[in-house]
Amino acid sequence: MIAPTARNDLILIGAFAAAVLTAPLWLAPIGAGYPDLLQKFAIYGLFAIGFNILFGFTGYLSFGHAAFLGVGSYAAVWSFKLLTMNVLPAVFFAVLVSGLFALAIGFISLRRTGIYFSILTLAFAQMSYNLAYSVLTPITNGETGLQLTTSDPRILDKMAGIDYGAALPTTDLFGTEMTGYPGFYFCAVLMIIGFVIAVRIARSPFGTMLRAIKSNQNRLNYTGINTRPYALAAFVISGMYAGLAGALLACTDPLAGAERMQWTASGEVVLMTILGGAGTLLGPVFGAGVIKYFENIFSAFNHDILMSIFDFLPGWLQGIVVTVSGLFVGEGWHLTLGALFMIIVIFLPGGLMEGVGRIAKLFRKDGGAANSSVSTAPGE
Amino acid sequence: MTSILQVKNVNKSFGGLKALNNVELSVEQGTVHAIIGPNGAGKSTLLNCFVGRLTPDTGTVDFDGTSLLGKQPHEINQVGVSRVFQTPEIFGDLSLVENVMIPTLARRDGAFKLNPWQRVDSIAEVREKAEHLLADVDLQDKKDMIANSLSRGDKRRLELAMCLVQDPKLLLLDEPTAGMSRADTNKTIDLLKRIGERGITKIVIEHDMHVVFSLANKISVMAQGTVIAEGKPEQIKGDPRVQEAYLGGAHL
Amino acid sequence: MDAILLQILNGLDKGGAYALIALGLTLIFGTLGVVNFAHGALFMLGAFCAVSLRELLTLSMKVKDESITFFDAYKEVPYLEVWFGETGTMIIDLAVPLSILFAIPIMLLIGLAMERGLIQHFYKRTHAEQILVTFGLAIVLQEIVKAYFGANPIPQPAPEAVAGSANIGALFGLGDSVVYPWWRLVYLAFSGVVIAAVFAFLQFTTFGMVVRAGMQDRETVGLLGINIQRRFTIVFGIAAVVAGLAGVMYTPILPPDYHIGMDFLVLSFVVVVVGGMGSLGGAVAAGFLLGILQSFASMNEVKSILPGIDQIIIYLVAVVILLVRPRGLMGRKGVMEG
Repeated sequence: MIAPTARNDLILIGAFAAAVLTAPLWLAPIGAGYPDLLQKFAIYGLFAIGFNILFGFTGYLSFGHAAFLGVGSYAAVWSFKLLTMNVLPAVFFAVLVSGLFALAIGFISLRRTGIYFSILTLAFAQMSYNLAYSVLTPITNGETGLQLTTSDPRILDKMAGIDYGAALPTTDLFGTEMTGYPGFYFCAVLMIIGFVIAVRIARSPFGTMLRAIKSNQNRLNYTGINTRPYALAAFVISGMYAGLAGALLACTDPLAGAERMQWTASGEVVLMTILGGAGTLLGPVFGAGVIKYFENIFSAFNHDILMSIFDFLPGWLQGIVVTVSGLFVGEGWHLTLGALFMIIVIFLPGGLMEGVGRIAKLFRKDGGAANSSVSTAPGE
Repeated sequence: MTSILQVKNVNKSFGGLKALNNVELSVEQGTVHAIIGPNGAGKSTLLNCFVGRLTPDTGTVDFDGTSLLGKQPHEINQVGVSRVFQTPEIFGDLSLVENVMIPTLARRDGAFKLNPWQRVDSIAEVREKAEHLLADVDLQDKKDMIANSLSRGDKRRLELAMCLVQDPKLLLLDEPTAGMSRADTNKTIDLLKRIGERGITKIVIEHDMHVVFSLANKISVMAQGTVIAEGKPEQIKGDPRVQEAYLGGAHL
Repeated sequence: MDAILLQILNGLDKGGAYALIALGLTLIFGTLGVVNFAHGALFMLGAFCAVSLRELLTLSMKVKDESITFFDAYKEVPYLEVWFGETGTMIIDLAVPLSILFAIPIMLLIGLAMERGLIQHFYKRTHAEQILVTFGLAIVLQEIVKAYFGANPIPQPAPEAVAGSANIGALFGLGDSVVYPWWRLVYLAFSGVVIAAVFAFLQFTTFGMVVRAGMQDRETVGLLGINIQRRFTIVFGIAAVVAGLAGVMYTPILPPDYHIGMDFLVLSFVVVVVGGMGSLGGAVAAGFLLGILQSFASMNEVKSILPGIDQIIIYLVAVVILLVRPRGLMGRKGVMEG
């Protein structure tokens, strides 16, 4: 367990950045070294880092964060349609709009705590989802989802004399197309920035207050702290992270649909955060990576692959094993996800980071003095 | 002597039950003022009216020239009133030193300050002050422990440090020795006497008469929601009304 | 006037389903102190009890089709019809109501197993952890159902006798414009009976008395030497049965698919919050109230003034209630705050 000194944090950030930037190399052996999947790691990693600031640090369980992801996507696609295919304005507007949206929802939801807060956020997210499908169709294009067309105005692109002709345009960063590795590195750099911000928040007086809210909000009030603006700031910041993640989803694939706002999507980011370890710094990124990786692997499995995997078993046993394990892969990936959810909450409520910590402790056996480091504080 | 806390004509009812009935109280600067009385006398209710948890139906509560009524708990703390609770209220998941740094920051930066870019451990004055206070309550060697792992007596001392670090003008102590062993109680009395030298005005609610008579300069006795007697410890000791209240004779 | 009556009726049967689920949620929360996000899954399992029973009853054998004479043709005929003729056909027709008998023991077993196997370990954990683990369980249950029954809704016809529509208008002297499916009236009556039964059980039996006392003050009841734990386990089983029966009877109204429970769960939770966490009467009242409100909001006249209101009305009501009356319509003080 490492003390959270400024020097150690620099090492942590350096190591994190190096690991992320070299991910295409070291993830290749496990079949995850290709840009599409790497992009997902980075985007959902960002989403989870932001969610962790609210849930992990501050202790407020939001069940509606997918709404901000969706809003970010819509804002980004509108920026592509109206202004330019350059991703920077899209990212900027997505963060801005989702931040404002989070400010409004947070202002109301944070008037309550505990499960009431969870239900309020859930209610707002479901309202957004339902409205996106119905009356807001002019903005969201309903069930079809918001897409690019060749007739979009793209004012800034027109002014710069960029013409995509009859083909559908692709997103770019000053001429570099946001597909393949450039796309991944764009997301990766933003995730590293997001991680640095999260580390700084965790070590700041502001972050200390957030953890104090989680620990004992009542005491904090009687200590002279007005807790609501702190919690609201955490809510808005995490909403902006979600909006950024939504924008990046749109940057890599410029369309936005309402299903991104559904409450199961909100549940997924909760799972990523607790799987990795709520309240830890690396945990959420780790959790997002694990889930997206296994989603990718498990969804691709089918009957034939399973048969070949269990080829070594006697015929009758092979049949049984394949049938049972077949429930968990392919279409059945969600079953695995649900089971994982339960196992983690039951046996490892501190998440994988706590598991790593326990193993490390077993090896060292010197864990006498308890440690106060943020990165090892167990999640609730 | 100037009075720092003026309570006039305070009434509070819950449903049909009258919890506070025309309470009058005046606490003088720099004294230790004990409030005693049988269970259900309204002591804690009165304390809750001082810190913004409850609002009296009628009456005034003035602290240092300003009214405390209608103020949020954090606003009341910011004008200089800190409270120790009956069951210790601490930040159980944080280290001891963080527990004490938080009130230090609250005093330094006010009720809200958005400073996500500063490192909390780089603010030397805050850390030093916090560690100094932990030393004052004999917890310096446990400063990096998680607060939840402390014994009950240690938790109380930690909470006391959290209040003292704010240099409050008025310190409210709600049964500071409840549930403590005799040894721990004596330790706490010593500690409270020591901090008494700082000149902080204190209001103590207490059942343990040993504690009350070792600390208090003045005692108010409450029964059935009202103050029935007030005076110096010697006067209270011999007051027949007080004995009556404790023996249940107050049900006239 | 006709339209209003029709909307109220429309709202009542949906409200009945909300009320039944919310009743169970409240019972579980009030007694065990557990927030059960898997309660919608119990509704879904109930619905699939009905599906399973119909599949069992219609197990078929191949029989030579006599109506086709110029070559040997075969058709599937359920064993029941082969064995019992007309009576068999009648039994199949009554599959949904018969499923009630089928579902009661199954749902009771599922409920008891769930409580003993999982829920009891979460009494002392945080509400957030309770939500998360039951949410995980709900996903597992619905994925298992999906694996066996597929992803598509499976329609369940109501018995022929009540398959048509009732001319309610004539009953009230309002003309012929108010026509209403019989089965929905059956559902309404059914939910009324179940709710009344649960309340009577809690009100008039010693068991119920102890449970109500336990909802008020668990520790004291425990101190009296009463094994409150075992009773609470049974309460969970009862709540599971109630949710399951709500699901069984809802199948003719809405063909069940594997995620029908989730849809109802989110709304039922909102119902519980509106009614007041821990208040049984509040849960039932809010269930019917929100059902009716939702039905009014989906009238064209209303939608033309406030587009989209039908989509959000329930959530909107919940938001307003939580902000102005955090304890809900009939909630107790301070429940779950903090």
